Amino acid sequence: MFKLENVTYKDVLDIPELSISAGAITCIIGKSGSGKTTLVKLLNGLISPTEGTIYVENEDIKEMSMVQLRRRVSMLQQSPSIYEGTLRENLQIGRFFSELEPASDDEILDVLEVVNLDKDLDQDASKLSGGEKQRLTLARMLLLPADVLILDEPTASLDEESAHTIMSRVLQHCIDENKSVIMITHADEIVKSFAEHLIELKDGKVSRDERVEPTWTQK
Amino acid sequence: MDSEIIEIEWWRLILAYIFVVVLIVILKWRSIKREKDVLIATIRMSVQLVIAGFILEYIFKNDHPLVTIGVLAIMVAFAIYTAIKRVKHNVPLQMKKLIAISLTIGVVVSLSYFIFVVIGLSPWYKATYVIPIAGMIVGNAMTGITLGVNTYMNEMSSQKQLVEGALMLGATPKEATREIANRAFDAAMTPILNNMIGMGIVFLPGMMTGQILGGASPLVSINYQIAIMLGILGAVALSVIVFAVLGYKTFFNERDQLIDMQ
Ligand SMILES: Nc1ncnc2c1ncn2[C@@H]1O[C@H](COP(=O)(O)OP(=O)(O)O)[C@@H](O)[C@H]1O
Ligand SMILES: [Mg+2]
Repeated sequence: MFKLENVTYKDVLDIPELSISAGAITCIIGKSGSGKTTLVKLLNGLISPTEGTIYVENEDIKEMSMVQLRRRVSMLQQSPSIYEGTLRENLQIGRFFSELEPASDDEILDVLEVVNLDKDLDQDASKLSGGEKQRLTLARMLLLPADVLILDEPTASLDEESAHTIMSRVLQHCIDENKSVIMITHADEIVKSFAEHLIELKDGKVSRDERVEPTWTQK
Repeated sequence: MDSEIIEIEWWRLILAYIFVVVLIVILKWRSIKREKDVLIATIRMSVQLVIAGFILEYIFKNDHPLVTIGVLAIMVAFAIYTAIKRVKHNVPLQMKKLIAISLTIGVVVSLSYFIFVVIGLSPWYKATYVIPIAGMIVGNAMTGITLGVNTYMNEMSSQKQLVEGALMLGATPKEATREIANRAFDAAMTPILNNMIGMGIVFLPGMMTGQILGGASPLVSINYQIAIMLGILGAVALSVIVFAVLGYKTFFNERDQLIDMQ
C-alpha cells in the first residue's frame, strides 16, 4: 500500500526504506517527538517529503492530487477538531468536506454504536468531554468511504478499559468494511491486542519494523 | 443661508495650538512620557496639511486627467503601503500582492461608478470632486482591508488545527478556510456599518461638516454624504470580498498543503 524510499522530512525524519501493506493493522509506537505524527502526515499528503519518494499503490505520491489522496487515506487528529454546531453537524461535516451526500440516520446510528457514543445528536458539540469528542471524531471518520484510516493516538483521552472495547469495535468495523488501519498509540495493551505490523520510531529513524501476532482474534 | 466663509487668520490659528501646550503640561505633570509623540503628531499634521494644501491648490487650478490619475495612483499606492505596514504579522509576498490587488479593484470600481454614474461629473477628472471623494473611499477601504487581513491571519494561526482537520476530512483548501474568510469579511465590514448606524445622530461626518462650514445647505450636503457612504460601503465590500475569496491561496502551496507546515 505505502512504500517509502530514502524519505527525509527536514531534520525530523530519515527513513531509507519502509513498507506498509494493505489490509493489515499497523501500529506505530515511539516516544513523544520521535516523528510519528510527521510520518503519517506524509502518508496522506498533508506534507511532502523534503527528499525521497513515497508510493501509494505503486503510484508516486508526487503525481497525485493531495485532496483526492486525503479522501482515500483519512486521518484522525491527535486532538479532536470540533466545529461550531451540533453533534449531527459535526458528523456530517466530513461528508460535506469530501463532497459526498449527507449520511443517513441509520449510518449515523451505526457508527455511533461502534464508538459507543449515546448522545442527543442535536446538542452543541463543544459541550462534550474530551473522551466524547474523540469518539465523535472517530465516528465522523468512519462515515467516510476511505480505504485507509490513520489514527493518531485515538485512545489518548479514554480510560484503558473503554479504549480496549472501543478499539476492538472500531477495528472489527474496519475489517468488515475492508479498510486498512495505521494507528499511532502509546498504549502497550492496544499494541499487544491488535498490532499485526509494528513500527517503532526513535529520533526520526525506524528502530523496529516487524510482523507481530495480535492476541485479539477477529470475529 | 449665509454662505460667507469666515477665514481663520494666521494668528488665531496659532491660538489653537494652545490645546497642544495644555496637553504637554498635563503629560509633564503626570510624568506620562508621551510628549515626544504629541509633538511629532502635531508637527506632522501641520506640515503635511500645509503641503497638501499647496499641492491641492495647484492641482485644482490645473485640472488635467493625467494629474488626477497620478494623484489617485499615489493615494492608492500609499494606502497599500500603509495597510501592509499595519498588519500585525509577517506578510508574505503573495499576501502583499493580494492586498494591493484587492484595494485597487475595490477603489477603482466603486470610484469610477461614483464619478461617472452617481454624480455624473463632467469633466470626469475634475480634481475638486475626484480627489476628496477618492480620499474618503481609499481611506475606508484601507482600514477595511487591514482589519480583514489581520482577522484572516489571526484565525489562520489560532484555528490551524481546525483547518488541518478539515483537510484531513478531504476538504479543498477553499472549503477548509471558508469560515475564516467569512469572519475576516465580517470584521472588515463592522466599522463602516457601525459608522452608518451612528451617522447624523452620534456625529456629523467630516465631509458634511466641511460642506456646511463652507456654506452649503445641509440638504445638499446630506445627498452627498449618503452617496459617499454608499460608495465607501461598496469599495470596502468589494476590496474585502476579493481578498476573502482569494486569501486562502496565500496560505497553501500548489499541492494543497498548508505552507507554514512545510
Ligand atoms: N513542520 C515542522 N517543521 C519542523 N519541525 C517539526 C515540524 N513538525 C514537527 N516538527 C518536529 O518534529 C518532531 C517530531 O514531531 P511529531 O511528528 O509531532 O512527533 P510525535 O508525533 O512522535 O510526538 C518534534 O520535535 C517536532 O517539534
Ligand atoms: Mg504526535
